[in-house]
Amino acid sequence: MLSLKQTRHLRTVLIGSLAWLVALAIFFPIFWMLLTSFKTEIDAFTSPPQLFFAPTLENYIHIDERSDYFHYAWNSVVVSFGSTFIGMLLAVPAAYSMAFFETKRTKNTLLWMLSTKMLPPVGVLVPIYLLFKDFGLLDTKLGLVIIYTLINLPIMVWMVYTYFKEIPKDILEAARLDGATPGQEIYRVLLPIAKGGLASTILLSLILSWNEAFWSLNLTASGAAPLTALVASYSSPEGLFWAKLSAVSTLACAPILIFGWLSQKQLVRGLSFGAVK
Amino acid sequence: MSITSLQAGVNTASDMATGSAGPKLQKRRRSRVGLAMVSPSVLALLVWMAVPLAMTIYFSLIRYNLLYPGDNEFVGLENFYYFLTDEGFVAGAFNTLWLVLSVLAISVVAGVLIAVLVDTPFFGRGIVRVMLISPFFIMPTVSALVWKNLLLHPVSGVLAAVWRFFGATPIDWFTDYPLQAIILIVSWQWIPFAVLILMTAMQSLDQEQKDAARLDGAGPIAIFWHITLPHLARPIAVVIMIETIFLLSIFAEIFTTTGGGPGYETTNLAFLIYSQALLQFDVGMASAGGLIAVVIANIAAFMLVRMIGKNLTDKA
Repeated sequence: MLSLKQTRHLRTVLIGSLAWLVALAIFFPIFWMLLTSFKTEIDAFTSPPQLFFAPTLENYIHIDERSDYFHYAWNSVVVSFGSTFIGMLLAVPAAYSMAFFETKRTKNTLLWMLSTKMLPPVGVLVPIYLLFKDFGLLDTKLGLVIIYTLINLPIMVWMVYTYFKEIPKDILEAARLDGATPGQEIYRVLLPIAKGGLASTILLSLILSWNEAFWSLNLTASGAAPLTALVASYSSPEGLFWAKLSAVSTLACAPILIFGWLSQKQLVRGLSFGAVK
Repeated sequence: MSITSLQAGVNTASDMATGSAGPKLQKRRRSRVGLAMVSPSVLALLVWMAVPLAMTIYFSLIRYNLLYPGDNEFVGLENFYYFLTDEGFVAGAFNTLWLVLSVLAISVVAGVLIAVLVDTPFFGRGIVRVMLISPFFIMPTVSALVWKNLLLHPVSGVLAAVWRFFGATPIDWFTDYPLQAIILIVSWQWIPFAVLILMTAMQSLDQEQKDAARLDGAGPIAIFWHITLPHLARPIAVVIMIETIFLLSIFAEIFTTTGGGPGYETTNLAFLIYSQALLQFDVGMASAGGLIAVVIANIAAFMLVRMIGKNLTDKA
């Protein structure tokens, strides 16, 4: 017969092992991708797959030869940071106005903004494609920046709005009595207080833009194609380059993965529009 | 856009000039400033939504194939008729629905179970959490290709090796079970999202309530049904809402793995319209399809927004 303390200990061990098992299973594809990126192409295709092998860095060293990696990576950086920057310029004043100058229409406006996300991108693919062709925006970074700004704007406004809502109005009143203009209110009072929330909004926008793969696949060819498109180009059956595919994928995902790990708590609040804290 | 922001600037400047204006006047000025600050976003989204949608409606009513320029006569609802009676539509609608519902069910159930599992402290919980949420940050094209080539491949894939180890014949996933393979990949991407939200929600669960129930003799299953699950209702609703938005237009996973095939087996509406527009150049029919997708998405999602979104703003 086990004592109460022992059963409790046994339960913790069991739960812990089960949790580790599940986590390892879910993480396995990423681990395997990382592992494969250090194999030679021959090792990568060997059957059965090997857990132990002579690691090589050749895929990383030659990554730029086959795929012009840095060209695509630079496009990803420009497009995601550009759209996030413009998105914040639009979202912060809008959220400020909605949180502190609430009118009868505010709630409906917020819901309407979110409902634009419900519009499936395919519904507007054709006109956007044709408009982009007419304006010379096809396969340009500017074109992608415009699209990403617009598709992420509703979420950004919602998130910033949620964070601003939590700030007591008294603080703003005090600033106002001291003669602060709305611009000064935002810049001097709100931004410092909502720093964490704004950081997670920026982060989420970066993640969504970095990983976006509908518009980037349809509106770019090679000039402005970001990393999502580079990876997709490996799907064409032009030979087996799985070790290189893994190396490119690892490099394409690593920055965002690390970003995500560091900021998971902040992200949850934003992603659930403040419903979960 | 620039005009309104300019106006905002002018307004604030005049505010400063007449600093001693009466409170009523000041209030009106402030609300005008508020309007000026919200309008750039509203205008941008309005244009983003209205202009392409109006164009889609127009294109859907004319004959418009990029291969035959100039032949753009008005054809009424012909495009809709052809799209709806195309064999691809029935398959696409069914696959869309099946994909959304399966992934929702899998990710919510798995998400709840995992969130409960990692709620009690154990050795290395921090690392376990990080591993659990990681797939959410992987770009869709990467997860699709890693699954297709490194894991599900019938010759060199890891799963094939596991099958062989147990003496079974490896499954050729993308030939025999293409839609299930896609569901597997997409679920892998979205379970972490559910886990992330629900895991955090679990932390605000009232421990005293649980202890009290336990003292009253409630078992773990009773506690789960009567305390944990009701507590998670709102976060689950959030998970369903956000996942639905993204799942309705799954594209990259299909584009990089099966290309919609074999036949129409993995073609969802998003991919069907894409192939009509950019592969067959039939803008008219693709536009009709786009509008139908919009209608379907609205029926499914607008109810969700009304239901859950109202809830959210009330509490916010």
